[in-house]
Amino acid sequence: MNPILTVDDLSVRIAGLHILQGVTFTVAPTGVTALLGRNGVGKTTTLRAIVGLTPRGAEVSGAIRIGKQSALSTPTHRLVRGGLGYVPEDRCVFAGLTVAENLRLAERPGAAPAYDRVFALFPELSKRAKQRAGTLSGGQQQMLAIGRVLLADNTLLLVDEPTKGLAPKVVTEVAEALEAVAEEVPVLLVEQNLAVVRRLARDAVVLAAGQVAWTGAAARLLGEPELTKALLGVGSTGVHA
Amino acid sequence: MSTFVLLTLTGLGLAALYFLVASGLSLVFGLADVLNFAHGLFLSVGAYATWWAADHLPGAGPTGFGFVLAAAFGVVAGAAVAALVELVLIRPLYSRTIEQVLVTVGLSLAGVALLQATWGADPRPFPRPEWTRGVTGIGGANIPNASLLLVLAAAAVLALLLLFLRYTRVGLVIRAGVENREMVTALGIDVRKAFTLVFAIGGAAAALAGALGGVYFGSVSPAQGGSLLIFAFIVVVIGGMGSVVGSAYAAVAVGLLQQFVNYYGTAGLGDICVVALLAIVLLVRPQGIAGRAVTA
Repeated sequence: MNPILTVDDLSVRIAGLHILQGVTFTVAPTGVTALLGRNGVGKTTTLRAIVGLTPRGAEVSGAIRIGKQSALSTPTHRLVRGGLGYVPEDRCVFAGLTVAENLRLAERPGAAPAYDRVFALFPELSKRAKQRAGTLSGGQQQMLAIGRVLLADNTLLLVDEPTKGLAPKVVTEVAEALEAVAEEVPVLLVEQNLAVVRRLARDAVVLAAGQVAWTGAAARLLGEPELTKALLGVGSTGVHA
Repeated sequence: MSTFVLLTLTGLGLAALYFLVASGLSLVFGLADVLNFAHGLFLSVGAYATWWAADHLPGAGPTGFGFVLAAAFGVVAGAAVAALVELVLIRPLYSRTIEQVLVTVGLSLAGVALLQATWGADPRPFPRPEWTRGVTGIGGANIPNASLLLVLAAAAVLALLLLFLRYTRVGLVIRAGVENREMVTALGIDVRKAFTLVFAIGGAAAALAGALGGVYFGSVSPAQGGSLLIFAFIVVVIGGMGSVVGSAYAAVAVGLLQQFVNYYGTAGLGDICVVALLAIVLLVRPQGIAGRAVTA
């Protein structure tokens, strides 16, 4: 199967710092690929480079292809309209807008919004439609951030640390939702909670110091405690997925 | 009592003028992060276009419906110039703050020079419809109708802006963009189109301020836009960048403070008090009355 995402020799330099140094990996057209690594190795920068949101002035080189489309030469809004869904770190819901307005904003022109799909996955969003997003709990905001991108059909989802800062029960809910989502669309997932990675990911890419240090099956990485510790600096267990 | 009513309503007239200039300035900064020093030029364009149209535009004139037509011409001219400035000069410079400031300051200076070269530096008598020259008795005070017209116009603009922001798709994009422009783009929306629209809306409101300010002051001069812009900036900072409602509150505070202090103190003291109010707000609540979120 041809990969849905190909990242080839990607380098990103921001304010003189060489954050990504020739990153190369692929994402399969089905299932979840986890992008792992210790803090500060460039995981979020990789996702932001794919979606075209590196800071202005950043030097980006290499190639990124989503299907056959070159991502680096395509503006962000066109990539998204073409089917690239992005759930950023820290959710980034619009705090001053209601839940319904946050969702309405994510409707893409020319496509009927799939509210049924979103509300089936996150019934809470339907109940809280008139509530301002800034007053939602962290878990509810995460559901909104994920629900927002699921209004449209996607060819690839980029999801950045969806369980960060959430209560264990909510981590499980979010993991269940992502599991259901991943049955329909491939996901590139940045995640620190290895229990979530173990539950969701089939493939894994590990970054270290701005470069790819390891690629392979997620089960193999997490099944070898010494390898996990060497690459990620932690044991292979996680909490509540 | 009559003095209080007079000062209040004329202060609100001044506030209305500030609000018309500040609302667009605030939205432009809130959404596009552009500190537009050329915003006063849009006011001058509106004033001069209205003044010109009253004499030259078929159907337009200095009174009645003719003046409405002339003012509408001025508003359209202000909106068109603002949209053109965004498309040609600002768009290539997004996220380049220093260059933006240089370009907009340069444009404001060049605009004033162009108006002076074309129509001279001296104030020109502005067409004033018959009703605006009179007064209306309210609470024992004779209120200049020009002040009442400004208050009514600003209230209408405020209501229209809030309805637009609250109930239209573009308004939703603008409110979201003020909060997090990057995330709007990440939802598949070309936010640059909203930038142009916000510039045009701001230009139209400023041009309306130019047309009605001409009626209020009875004359139009090339430097009028620049001097009003200073107070509009103060209103924007006090109200909170990106907030239309915040601008309205701040404009009322600044207009009333200026009017009352100038009357009961010495002339010019009101301006100093406005600067003092700005300093206090910056110290106590740096994000302004309404922060960064657009309230609709």
